[in-house]
Amino acid sequence: MSFAERHVLEWLIYLPMLTAAVLVAIPAAWRTTARWVGIGSGALLMVGSAWVFIAFDYSAGAETFQLIKVYTWLESVGIDFRLGVDGIAAPMILLTGIVALTGSVIAANVDRDAKNYYILLFVLIAGVYGTFASIDLFFLFFFYELAIVPMFLLIAVWGSSSTFADFVRTKEYGALKLVLMIVAASVLVWIAIIAIYVWVDIGTFDILRLRDAVQDGGLSSGAQKTLFPLVMVGFGLLAGLWPFHTWSPDGHVAAPTSVSMLHAGVLMKLGAFGIIRVGMTLLPEGMEAWAVVLFILGTVNVVYGAISAMSQTDLKYVIGYSSVSHMGYVIMGIATLDSIGLTGATLQMFSHGIMTALFFAVVGAIYERAHTRDTLILNGLAAKMGWTTAFFVIAGLTSLGLPGLSGFIAEVLVFIGAFSSEVTLAGTFRAGPLLGALGILGAAITAVYILRLVARVFFGQRDPQWDALPDLTPREILASGALVIPLVLVGVWPAPFLDVIRPGVDAILGGLP
Amino acid sequence: MQVDFTLLIPEFMLAGLGVLVLVADFAVPWASRGAKNGVLAALTVLGLAVTFVVTLWMQWDTHEILYEHLIYVDRYALLFKALAMAIGAVIVLISMEYVHTRIRHVGEFYTLIVFAVLGASLMAGAAELLTAYIAIELLAFCLYVLVALSRGDSRSSEAAVKYILLGAISSAVMLFGIALIYGAIGETGFRRSELLLEAVFGPTVALGLAMFVAGLGFKLSMAPFHLWAPDVYEGAPTPVTALVSVLSKAAAFALTLRFLAEAGRATLEEWQLALAILAALTMTVGTFTALVQDNIKRLLAYSSVAQVGFVLIGIIALNESGARAALLHIAGYSFTNLAAFAVVIAVEAKTGKERIADYAGLASRSPFLAMVMASAMFSLAGLPIFAGFVTKFLLFTSAVEGGLFWLMVIAVVNSLVSLYYYLRIVREMYVGEPAETGRLRLPIAASIPVWFLFAGTVFVGVYPAPLMDAAGAAVGVLAPFL
Repeated sequence: MSFAERHVLEWLIYLPMLTAAVLVAIPAAWRTTARWVGIGSGALLMVGSAWVFIAFDYSAGAETFQLIKVYTWLESVGIDFRLGVDGIAAPMILLTGIVALTGSVIAANVDRDAKNYYILLFVLIAGVYGTFASIDLFFLFFFYELAIVPMFLLIAVWGSSSTFADFVRTKEYGALKLVLMIVAASVLVWIAIIAIYVWVDIGTFDILRLRDAVQDGGLSSGAQKTLFPLVMVGFGLLAGLWPFHTWSPDGHVAAPTSVSMLHAGVLMKLGAFGIIRVGMTLLPEGMEAWAVVLFILGTVNVVYGAISAMSQTDLKYVIGYSSVSHMGYVIMGIATLDSIGLTGATLQMFSHGIMTALFFAVVGAIYERAHTRDTLILNGLAAKMGWTTAFFVIAGLTSLGLPGLSGFIAEVLVFIGAFSSEVTLAGTFRAGPLLGALGILGAAITAVYILRLVARVFFGQRDPQWDALPDLTPREILASGALVIPLVLVGVWPAPFLDVIRPGVDAILGGLP
Repeated sequence: MQVDFTLLIPEFMLAGLGVLVLVADFAVPWASRGAKNGVLAALTVLGLAVTFVVTLWMQWDTHEILYEHLIYVDRYALLFKALAMAIGAVIVLISMEYVHTRIRHVGEFYTLIVFAVLGASLMAGAAELLTAYIAIELLAFCLYVLVALSRGDSRSSEAAVKYILLGAISSAVMLFGIALIYGAIGETGFRRSELLLEAVFGPTVALGLAMFVAGLGFKLSMAPFHLWAPDVYEGAPTPVTALVSVLSKAAAFALTLRFLAEAGRATLEEWQLALAILAALTMTVGTFTALVQDNIKRLLAYSSVAQVGFVLIGIIALNESGARAALLHIAGYSFTNLAAFAVVIAVEAKTGKERIADYAGLASRSPFLAMVMASAMFSLAGLPIFAGFVTKFLLFTSAVEGGLFWLMVIAVVNSLVSLYYYLRIVREMYVGEPAETGRLRLPIAASIPVWFLFAGTVFVGVYPAPLMDAAGAAVGVLAPFL
């Protein structure tokens, strides 16, 4: 194995940590240095992530998990620092690289205490990489929690409050709600992880060995069915699973731009990823038993999120609810237990991650200039803000599933998966077609609110008070443009992604009863 | 009876150091208060450091029971002795400025810290009930006096009186328990008692054990014997609060684990449930009462009650992994809590304030102190990359291994609730607006031990293997795990 093959995964975790440590040592006054350190590190992460994705060997007969790296950590308990990627994790790593780079570029807009902002941002990034790359249950949870810790300060210190007609949603409210809800959910995951470790009783947290043991009947069917809801709600909450999604719009709205990008773009995927990695892989019988519930909740997500987005008048709330809605497709795709559906879910995670990062980047830019996000006031921005409009429209079109952009491919796969899903309600009624149809309805509603928004805010009556707003800076254009590339690429040529995702999906579905 | 006195060299050295510091205090009457403070602190730290090295060097591979089952000199005792000395030295280092401005009797302060370390060391080595009792009293008497040492603060005297009265009652209860046990089995050595206790288990033995454990519970501030803790924590000079919350907890834990593992194991299954309920009660009471505190020392008092509840899991689980995890938690907790107290001491020494609201805007007045405090809070809340995450994880795992699934669920829920009040402090520091501006500068000499504590908190969190090995070796000498 080459040097890169041996070390790239671990360095995707060390590098952001190291960046944070270097930034701690830099004096607070050196803002420009802090920014360049952050952007430079983001670029390196992007290169490493792309390398992982490209190097992933999807040919028939290749190992399911690749780039495996093991360091003994606590031998007496069976915890190892164990990394590896499969076809599901590889695109997520790439996604993280893209959003980490563009996020750290956009983060250069932060004026107040840039150094500490970057420190926390990179701790968060390390946590995200770690969760995607861990194949040890302990470390998966370790990094999962690590990604949550910095959120509180990032939102509470650098976020923004929203004023409504008769009340104010402060940034601290958003921060506290987000952190407490996510940690509360992670408590459920914690219980499940400990229970899996103790009950399977092979003295290791290694996910692969636990998986094999479970498939050999190491965990009773009853235990799996009991533990699965914990995993489903625990991880699902972070994925915005209805009715536990309420932190998401409030948190995203309160968060500063680059944190929203990372949070909606990548962090929410950790939740869905956790359901796949822990729920589907280690609790296959539980997954099968609860699939229909997850399926229904996911469909509610899609429709409820879309309807809620339609009635919002704050740009960020619209995007926040649209995230809830789009994560619904991911949840639906997982719950189909169908090869095409799960492939679609994984692709949707990637596509939505990029798309929503672009959304938040653009909306953040508008807010920084206009100091309002009220869609009733913002009007006709297209006249003076050409780039802003272009990027928002591209994200919007991806969101509503226009063919040629990534959202279309992912959603179609999810719908096909839903229609061919064997998941039944009460053992008789095949729920897939009905729920799939409701999902398509959700996509139609998405088109309504996105197009309405574009029509009003960007192409509506030109309002002179916005004429003075400057368009995106070259740096912002570069970052947003970088996000457009994968959206188009996946839209017109999804094969490389599907090739990578497929073996991972098949291995997981092969483990189901 | 042939006794190898060299095995007691650490204890002799500590006693000698205590006397030396006291004499040095008399010997330099002409020195200014500041100079004396510096000299005595340096002497104490140096003495503790030398003893630390000598102890590790001499006793690394010793496994002896001295005086016909009076005192153990083994890995387990060694680990706690080293921990006690390190704690003593660190507390002296982080509180020099505080001592200079706020402590009435400087010489006595350092002397008593050394004797407290000696008491803690003996508690870790105690092999029978009366030795344990004497060691406990040695530590407790030092603490009674230390609590009262604050200059011109009536709360300090009040706290001391409460502490002495309640402490005396708990000692009486404990002694009564010892008497009952001895009366029933005619034996006080831990290892020799186990089977005897099981053989004659009945109301007398049960009452005796319960009273002895209640006495230990008082020292541990285990609910419902924790009511002294908040007042004493608040009233005592802050370095003493740190000593009570870390040193006395660690020592009491060392003794409790050794006693229950060696003497109580055969009978423990009879009352495992009762202890588990007490542990659940302890963590819940600590956590929920901490929610409404507005004084940082009281908050840390209740938080330490909650932490004791977590540690008790490791004892009650009755398995080796639980004991190991509990030791690891104690070590991680020592780093973490000392880091938190280092900040509280520094802030109090500079500003004289100790309410949570007074921490508003600390991040802009002293980014370093705020960072250390925030990481200590995250560690206590059990978040990575800090010590608390991995130690709690292992503790809770051991509960399930011991068949106490419900206790684990209560523990994780408490751990979640505790996040709220730890976040409150973080929020104040980073989001709150400071009432006063102006930076708080920590002298370099004072910031080194704080860096050390911060690094320790992170180190245990990311690489616990060395400490885990040490904990494993220590637990390995306890009778049931031999």
